[in-house]
Amino acid sequence: MTHDPSHGKGGAGASAPTGASAALGPEAHVLVGNADLFVNWARKSSLWYLLFATACCGIELMQAGASRYDLDRFVNWARKSSLWYLLFATACCGIELMQAGASRYDLDRFGAVFRATPRQSDLMLVAGTITHKMADRVKRLYEQMPEPKYVIAMGSCANTGGPFYKDSYCVVKGVDLLIPVDVYIPGCPPRPEALIDGIMALQKIIMRKKNYGAKA
Amino acid sequence: MEAQAIFDTLKGKFGDAVVELQGEGFSPPFVVVAPAAVKEVSRFLKEDPDLSFDSLMCLSGADYKDKFAVAYHLYSMKHRHAIGLKAMLPRENPSLPTVDDVWPAANFQEREAYDLFGIGFEGSKDLRRILLPEDWEGHPLRKDYKYPDFYHGIKV
Repeated sequence: MTHDPSHGKGGAGASAPTGASAALGPEAHVLVGNADLFVNWARKSSLWYLLFATACCGIELMQAGASRYDLDRFVNWARKSSLWYLLFATACCGIELMQAGASRYDLDRFGAVFRATPRQSDLMLVAGTITHKMADRVKRLYEQMPEPKYVIAMGSCANTGGPFYKDSYCVVKGVDLLIPVDVYIPGCPPRPEALIDGIMALQKIIMRKKNYGAKA
Repeated sequence: MEAQAIFDTLKGKFGDAVVELQGEGFSPPFVVVAPAAVKEVSRFLKEDPDLSFDSLMCLSGADYKDKFAVAYHLYSMKHRHAIGLKAMLPRENPSLPTVDDVWPAANFQEREAYDLFGIGFEGSKDLRRILLPEDWEGHPLRKDYKYPDFYHGIKV
C-alpha cells in the first residue's frame, strides 16, 4: 500500500484538535492523554488508606494488607492460644482431665479452659468410653461447635474402644468412627502430662494450618 | 430369723407355690418359689411383722441356658436378717409379676432385667429399656445373643 497524504485529513478517525490541546499544536492530544494516564496511574498506585478498623471488617483489611504468611501466623497463634475445650467426660479419663485442668497441672497456661457448652468451644476432648447410645449425642455436640474445631481422643477407649474392643456390643470402637480426630493420646487413662503433650501437639498442628496462604 | 425358719413359714402359708430352699453355697440362702406367686410371697415377706423385709437389696436376672431365673436379695433393717427369693422361668417368653408396688426400688432393676434378658414383668408401672437405646434389637446378656454387625451405620 502506498502512502496517500489525503488519508490523514479525510479519514473518519481524524478529528480537529480542540481546547487546550489545540493551543499546544497538532500532537498535543497525545501528550495530554499521556499526562492523564500518568497522573491516574500515580494516584491509583499510591492509595494510602486511613487505618480505620472498628469491627470485624478490620480483620479483612488486615488480611488484605498483611502478607499472607504473617496473617496465618497471627491467626494461628490466636487460635492455638485460646483452645477452649468442651467439658465432655464420659469415663475415668474425665477424672484425669479434671486433674489436668486443676491448679497442679493448670491447663489455663495453654489458654485451655473448659466450657460447658459446645457453642463456645474450639476443642472437643473426648475423655472416655463412647457407647452406641452416646454416639448420636457425640455427633450432635460436635456439629454444634463453631468452626474451626478440633478433636482430641483421650485414652484407649476413645482411640480404639480400649478394653472393650473385643466382645462388647455397646461400645463404639474408637471415636474416629464418628467424628474426625486430630490428636490421639494413648493411656488408660493418660496422665495429665500426656494430656498436656497432646494439647501441645495440637497447637503445633494448628500453627501449620494455612488459612489465607493457601488461597494465594 | 434363720433361713430354715423363714422357709417353713412361707411353706406353711403358700404351700406348693414354695418349691425348695437352696442353702448350700448360697449366702443368703434362696427360697425358690413359683413365678406366679412372687408378688404374694413378696408382700407377705415385707408386711409380716416377724419378717418385715423392707429392703430389696438386689434384683437380678440370670440365664441358665435351659431356663431363666430372677433372683431377689432381701434384707430386713428391723430384724437384721436376709433371705433370697428365686423364681425359675421357662426359656420361651419368660414373664412373672412385678414387685414394684411392694418395693418401688424394684422398678429400675426390673427394667434392667428386661433390657438385658428380655424378662417380662407383668403389671409394671414403667417397663422400658434402661441401659440400651430404645431401638436396640435383642437382649445382649442372653447366652444365645448374636451381636449385630452395625448399629445406626456404626460398626459394632
